[in-house]
Amino acid sequence: MTEEEKERNVIVCRCEEITMGEIRDWIARGYDTFDELKHILRVGMGPCQGRGCREIILREIAKMKNVPITQVDPGTFRPPSKPVKLELLAKKEGGE
Amino acid sequence: MAEEWKRSADVVIIGAGIQGCSIAYNLAKLGVKDVVVLEKDTPTAGSTGRCAAGIRAQWGTKMNCQLGLASLEILEHLHEELGMDIGLHQGGYLMVAYKESEFEQLKKNVALQNSLGITSRVVNKEEAYEICPTLSAEDAVGFTYHHRDGHADPFLTTIAYHKAASEKGVRFYKFTECTGIKVKGEVKGVVTTRGEIDTPVVVDAAGPYSQHIAAMAGIKLPFYSERHEILVTEPVEFGVCPCMLMSFSGNYYIQQRPIGSIIAGCSPEGHPEDYSLGNTWNFLEHMSRVIVKLLPKLGGVRVVRQWSGMYNMSPDKQPVIGESKEVKGFYISAGFSGHGFMFGPISGKLLAELIVTGTSSIPIDVLNYDRFERGELIEEPAVV
Repeated sequence: MTEEEKERNVIVCRCEEITMGEIRDWIARGYDTFDELKHILRVGMGPCQGRGCREIILREIAKMKNVPITQVDPGTFRPPSKPVKLELLAKKEGGE
Repeated sequence: MAEEWKRSADVVIIGAGIQGCSIAYNLAKLGVKDVVVLEKDTPTAGSTGRCAAGIRAQWGTKMNCQLGLASLEILEHLHEELGMDIGLHQGGYLMVAYKESEFEQLKKNVALQNSLGITSRVVNKEEAYEICPTLSAEDAVGFTYHHRDGHADPFLTTIAYHKAASEKGVRFYKFTECTGIKVKGEVKGVVTTRGEIDTPVVVDAAGPYSQHIAAMAGIKLPFYSERHEILVTEPVEFGVCPCMLMSFSGNYYIQQRPIGSIIAGCSPEGHPEDYSLGNTWNFLEHMSRVIVKLLPKLGGVRVVRQWSGMYNMSPDKQPVIGESKEVKGFYISAGFSGHGFMFGPISGKLLAELIVTGTSSIPIDVLNYDRFERGELIEEPAVV
């Protein structure tokens, strides 16, 4: 296996089990923003909310588009910043 | 990146959500390949990608039943047609009525649906609990169910159309906003943030911004856009809520996705109409209470994300699909009132047929916007 092939097999998003190869293929097809990759591959939608994969993917986009990473849109961050149990949110304290 | 700019096209579509992508694909399939789609963000970044992913044929008007059923039939074979998985899961919609009058309306809807070939039915509480094993709805008075309703992934479905259309020669320009329509008696072209394109046909598929695009052509659409909020949980074992639970008086829709996470939304009072897409803590609390009451076993499941999206509301909650009678060459596919994703596969096909042949395989004359002026509204009773 070449270095390139080995790298392609690396799991970039552990929540959704997405490999570097899949990321590179979709960037090459023109889906070259973090949010587009998120829509197609669910990277950043798992319980870790992109904490594990975002940096790696942004770096890959920068490399493939040949632009500085500072010019790559980091994509949307959504609340809550940490997963919260439904029963905690549903607790009535101080009314509606 | 340097990308070739097309100065002219046979058709320019505004918006790369489900409508724009489905129309573009269907035009190319009918042989019209000189098509440009303008998208101010990225494909599915607007209302399509924010929707609850539901697909159903349980409607209360003949038109919507026909569109809903025809769309299901396309979705059932879309993977083969477009060559990409669309995350289809047909676990049915279980409609829950809490009032007698509401149950009467649901029963009327079922009779209409059955007359149009939709095999929906009234189910009792025991059957409802079999369909949704963790449901607790002791206060409900009745249920209806249609097994072919369910879920498709809005991102994958739209990207599948987008990719298939691109492969047929359609050009998509992302991060390119339409800022004007050139009209001289009829459509002549569009002005964008990146340049102009001459074209005799413009399609307004701009979702929540459709009324703004129409205004650029001098057409007044009586639409408004309202923000709806939604949440999704971490994935849990599939089967907790395999169908879509939906109630009009209960004001909720809740469904487990095939990957295990649960999506839930409602229609709170006083929708902001300011085109913002914020999130509120109130929604999170309210929705969590609704979920825990209906599905008590889910208390320990965590919410991972909340977001919002806009419904493009029409006066009778039915879309406008067709050509403008005021401006030749200006076509509209908008005003879906929260149901654009599920109708996209059929509405895109019908509009493409209209553009190419002048007629559509399902008659949709009643969906022209002049119905609002004539007062011939076709009010849809089955909307959350």
